[in-house]
Amino acid sequence: MIQTYTAISVNGLEKSFKNLGVLKEINLTVKKGSIFALLGSNGAGKTTTIKILTLLLKPDKGSAQICGFDVVRQPEQVREEISLTGQFAAVDDVLTGRENIRMIGKLRHLSDTNKRTGELLERFQLSDAADRRVGTYSGGMRRRLDLAMSLIGNPSVIFLDEPTTGLDPQGRTAMWQIIKDLAHSGITVFLTTQYLDEADQLADHIAILNEGKIVAEGTAAELKKQLPHGHIELGFRDVKEVHSARNLLEEYKASPNEESQTLTITTDGSLKQMTDILNRLEYAGIAVAEFSQKVPTLEDVFLSIVGENKRREVA
Amino acid sequence: MQTIKNNFSDTLVMSGRCLRHTFRSADTLLTVIAVPIMMMLMFVYVFGGASNTGSVDYINYIVPGIILMCIGSGVAYTALNLNTDVTKGIFDRFHSMPITKSALLTGHVLNSVVFNTISTIIVVLVALLVGFRPNAGIIEWLLFIGIMLLYTFAMTWLSVIFGLLANSVGGATAFSYPLLFLPFVSSAFVPTASMPGIVRSFAENQPMTSIIETMRSLLLSGSVGNSALNAVLWCLGIIIAAYLIAMQVYKHKTA
Repeated sequence: MIQTYTAISVNGLEKSFKNLGVLKEINLTVKKGSIFALLGSNGAGKTTTIKILTLLLKPDKGSAQICGFDVVRQPEQVREEISLTGQFAAVDDVLTGRENIRMIGKLRHLSDTNKRTGELLERFQLSDAADRRVGTYSGGMRRRLDLAMSLIGNPSVIFLDEPTTGLDPQGRTAMWQIIKDLAHSGITVFLTTQYLDEADQLADHIAILNEGKIVAEGTAAELKKQLPHGHIELGFRDVKEVHSARNLLEEYKASPNEESQTLTITTDGSLKQMTDILNRLEYAGIAVAEFSQKVPTLEDVFLSIVGENKRREVA
Repeated sequence: MQTIKNNFSDTLVMSGRCLRHTFRSADTLLTVIAVPIMMMLMFVYVFGGASNTGSVDYINYIVPGIILMCIGSGVAYTALNLNTDVTKGIFDRFHSMPITKSALLTGHVLNSVVFNTISTIIVVLVALLVGFRPNAGIIEWLLFIGIMLLYTFAMTWLSVIFGLLANSVGGATAFSYPLLFLPFVSSAFVPTASMPGIVRSFAENQPMTSIIETMRSLLLSGSVGNSALNAVLWCLGIIIAAYLIAMQVYKHKTA
């Protein structure tokens, strides 16, 4: 029996394309009215997960329920509950904004499509542009229209695939506010993102997906707690030194950043380890240009977990 | 009953969407019609004198072939539109909604029929301007429209297959090249009797010849001629086969 406060539940979901396993035993639970973020780099399996949950792909194994309806056995009921927006749920460029929303309203067989269309245009600040072709819209306007099209069906669960990718900072902040408002109004939001700050800002619950597996899960605070406190960042004079240092310290969890010419190292916080690291660099003649101790961010958690997985595979 | 009503309403919404696309891209429309019209003018004014088509004025002779070319380039536009829908993601949005899936394809098909009817009318009007003088009564015109629609449906369902399968817009339209080229190896522009052995037997037996001959008979001699049965059978055969394949491909795509 599915509890009434669970909006999405995923059990042992698996999917392969040809022989390539894309999802390996995914388990997820999303509470009703919450914002859930699926975090992962490109190719981690985020899109495949969303496609299965929105009925665009069938899973090989496992099951998923949305509002208690099974995605394989009760697709029609699931379709009544959900809406998909973002990356691959396109808007129609040739039609106007108003026509786009109305089209979806009519396809959902609503009795008050015109009235609702007007309200949504107003709510997403598209009234002025309502009768212009969508081809002339800015990125932010397109995303807002996309959401308006999804909301006209009164979904209880909304899927947002990378909702802010490609938006300018202003558009991004505006979109974040819209997403928060959605959750306040009781809609369950399932979003995917590559941006850690986005998950940090928005999500009540975060799952990190890496190479088809959920490698960590929890609130942003819980995830950050997983990192030990001794977390240091070393700056070098050039990229070459960053890599030499990385090789030299191979038994530590470390992630090089070429752009900032830094190496972030996870330690247990003990003086012994700190001394060991600095001594070794000194002995090898690699000068440390900058040294800082960092409070863990979600990004550190992500890098530490994803980096660890990579190393295990190599070994 | 509710299902049928929803199905009908979904089809109407999708056709409306496709028609808006068509009428808002006047440039595409013109490109689609321009090629066959240029061909017609070239054949009449450049090659016309050299072709021996008996007593029939050359413009009268080639109108059916030009109409087939026009429909060929028209359905390429359908393949292109459909392919854009599939590759650019709007189909994904529709597929995650509780709607009649077949409406997405029927919308494009109905739009294609309207669009090709309009372009055929334009081609016929231009032909009349440059000297086309049909000799058909109302019945013959209606029969002509019937065979024109059958051919359009057949080519449209073919284009649906390619629109669904192609990975890019370019690939989706490439299939129409044979539709533009095949009329040359038929009785569209020169009588098949003037062609050498193998080419001739191909030209005489390919579907376009029977369709062209039937159209020509209806328009010029006011009778259905000897090829009508063949023409209708060809069209129905292609419609049924292409429809079944298209539905199979569509099911596979949206599994």
